[in-house]
Amino acid sequence: MADPVTVSVLALMGIGATCGTVLSLASKIFYVWEDPRIAEVEYVLAGANCGGCGYAGCSAAAVGVVNGQAPPSVCVVAGPETTIQVAEVMGVDPGSAEPLLSANECAGGFRAENKFLYDGVKTCAALSAMYGGQRVCTIGCIGSGDCIASCQFDAIHMGPNGFPVVDEIKCVGCGACEKACPKGVIHVRTMSERLLHFNQSDDALAPCQQTCPAEIDIQRYIAQIREGDYEGAVHTIRERNPLLLSCGRVCPHPCEDKCRRGIEDEPVSINQLKRFVADYEMNSGKRLPIACAPDTGKRVAIIGGGPAGVSCAYFLRRLGHHPTIYEAMSKLGGITRYGIPEYRLPDAVLDWEIEGILNLGIDVHYNTWLGEDFTIQSLHEEGYEAIFMGIGAWKDYTLGIEGEDLNGVTQGIKFLSTVANHPEKKIPVGKRAAVVGGGNSAIDCVRTLLRLGCEEVYIVYRRTRKEMPANEVEIVASEHEGIKFQFLAAPTRVLDDGQGNVKGLEYLQMELGEPDASGRRRPVPIEGSETVLDVDMVISAISQQPDIGFMEKEPEREKVELTRWNTFDNDPEILRCSLPYLFTGGDVATGPALVVDAIGSGRRAARSIHQYITGEEIQGSPKSLLKRHIPESLFKTVPGVVASKRTPMPELEVAERIDSMVEVDLVISEDDAKHESNRCLKCCRICYDKDDYAA
Amino acid sequence: MDDYIVLIVSCIFVNNILLAQFLGQCPFFGTSKKMETAVGMAMAVIFVLVMASAITWIIYKFLLVELGLTFLRTIAFILVIASLVQFVEMFLKKSIPALYAGLGIFLPLITTNCAVFGACVLNIDKEFGFVQSIVASLSYAIGFGLALILFAGVRERILLARVPRPLQDTSIALVTAGIISLSFYAFQGMV
Repeated sequence: MADPVTVSVLALMGIGATCGTVLSLASKIFYVWEDPRIAEVEYVLAGANCGGCGYAGCSAAAVGVVNGQAPPSVCVVAGPETTIQVAEVMGVDPGSAEPLLSANECAGGFRAENKFLYDGVKTCAALSAMYGGQRVCTIGCIGSGDCIASCQFDAIHMGPNGFPVVDEIKCVGCGACEKACPKGVIHVRTMSERLLHFNQSDDALAPCQQTCPAEIDIQRYIAQIREGDYEGAVHTIRERNPLLLSCGRVCPHPCEDKCRRGIEDEPVSINQLKRFVADYEMNSGKRLPIACAPDTGKRVAIIGGGPAGVSCAYFLRRLGHHPTIYEAMSKLGGITRYGIPEYRLPDAVLDWEIEGILNLGIDVHYNTWLGEDFTIQSLHEEGYEAIFMGIGAWKDYTLGIEGEDLNGVTQGIKFLSTVANHPEKKIPVGKRAAVVGGGNSAIDCVRTLLRLGCEEVYIVYRRTRKEMPANEVEIVASEHEGIKFQFLAAPTRVLDDGQGNVKGLEYLQMELGEPDASGRRRPVPIEGSETVLDVDMVISAISQQPDIGFMEKEPEREKVELTRWNTFDNDPEILRCSLPYLFTGGDVATGPALVVDAIGSGRRAARSIHQYITGEEIQGSPKSLLKRHIPESLFKTVPGVVASKRTPMPELEVAERIDSMVEVDLVISEDDAKHESNRCLKCCRICYDKDDYAA
Repeated sequence: MDDYIVLIVSCIFVNNILLAQFLGQCPFFGTSKKMETAVGMAMAVIFVLVMASAITWIIYKFLLVELGLTFLRTIAFILVIASLVQFVEMFLKKSIPALYAGLGIFLPLITTNCAVFGACVLNIDKEFGFVQSIVASLSYAIGFGLALILFAGVRERILLARVPRPLQDTSIALVTAGIISLSFYAFQGMV
């Protein structure tokens, strides 16, 4: 027998050699191809395996970078040099990936009531295991700060109101807080994800935000105004609505109808606050920068540069795509320019607003008509990956009565757009005019007529003032300006003066009968009550429908389904039509509606188009609210509200405004904005700041 | 047959590798904070322990004993187990990616796990045959998984309990582990 030392050494060497051989063979046999860049990226990374980036170690982070899930700036330990090196390996621009940011969406904190007293371990995880936490609110922050403990970068601290506040400068978007939060209140999202988020039934939403068709985070921007952070407020609004100057002027603010203060007191004047910050930006002389995601190189055609089209283009551009707008008129703005008169929304304001949006890098082809210069199919063949159609509803309904072809008879949008198209906003009108209809277009027509020198202007409406669909403030303003109202009147005939001109408008008097399907009492004519109104001009402003004459020249018209109101039949959640690459929004899909509705649908369409052209499956979110309300957030009474006066709308005196197209409504002062923003109850889903609590 | 039942009960309960023999305490505390990781670790241990005991038994019987080098047992086993884990990792990555994704991060952790090594050595000490070794190792591993998952469940509950500050986190975990271990001592004398 040999020397035991020699034998053991040899034996171990033998085992070692065998193991080594087997392993090296195995590494050949079981070789899995990995992107060589993974090794390169891993080599560049800090190698601390700290997990601060949210990945399990540096090699996992490297895989994430190479698979495109993590940005080159993934490593939170190393500095910008590493980011540049990683970007070099990947061959991308170091600044191109979107940074993630954490945000706490709960505004409740201490003010949310407790349903039980808890004396156990102070962690959210433990608390949430007890009936979901001690707070009455099912979705809100528990307030024990698990997210604070989880943050390795000291970017979250407990705020004064009992909920954690994220320091956006320190936040690296690692996602640790989102994982630590048992309630899902804290979210780490990229800007694109934030822009495309729609109200959901489990979000922390105030009733006003649930109501807003554009889903603006109203409570948040009012809080920013209260703190004097006007720029922040503008950014908050821009995450949902690119046309804040226009909406601040013309929006009928359905949000204010659901304002909780309005249950006990006058609602907060939300829209005037929006206008205040929007005007603040415009008057400051500089545009606030608007961030856009890295370029994707995808092209999208937008047909129609109205609020829906501009909104869709704006959101697509911010998502990194390249929208091109095809506009029939010589300027953008659609119905906000050609349907809303100068005295409500001056061209200069609209121009400034649209210029800012186009500056993001949106191309426009003016004076190009769908059906004449291009078709939906030709756009698709040109290489646009998706098409958004927001051509609005421009075709006036006519009255369908005798004499409508006489000189002096015209229709609402036709009349308003002719005025708007005139460089000095002046066209010849009659001396005495009747406008048929009770909506905003009708009011716009009468007030415009007055400013063009018409001496006597009538509104002829078949129901009463209470049923008029126009905004209350508009009706009041027109009353102040001396408009005469002829209620309960249904036009039957336009009278001829013998030379083809209008001599008068004959109408039947009506009385209100039983309520109809819309809940309004149906007007019933009184037999033999024909009356003649002595006028020389008649405008019918009784709603519009989309002008779909272009469909005749559309090669694919068979594939596009329409509704019986000539609007495009689309899926109300994802806004896609029967053609897979065609999306519609705004009036062309809904029929005449609010500007803010069109803006909201532009964003909704942008979301679907983004999913479509990036190859994802288009899906709406199942919990999407779509303007429905969360039942528990609607109150009957609101205890703790002390009545305080709503800031009145400042406006020009009637004598000063009646002869010109000068803007009537003025912006509120900074002091008034402070006062008004302090009236906000800072509502969330079920809790709010009581007035006595705030003081 | 009865022998095997006795062997299985003995390895899982009476001589539980974590709670009676106190081997593999680091993963016991390290991966028991969450049920999810505890389950992953338990699966990985079952997988590796069975394979390691088989290969070490062969190495021992046909190499070390033949050459009269039984004193090299420790170092040889470490070498072999480490290589085995590496090999298995490569094999899984190529052939069963789904299993690799599930066990991936736990496999390298087991390379130096004393529970694995200890079980292999125990098999030799007790002079088990090949099949007995496999059965014993599987039972040890199941015992390991059982104790780990039980403990993870208890620790998740402890989160909800009011714990005095000096005892929070690992201290209370150690105390709890001790009490669970005591309860496992009730099995002593059964076999």
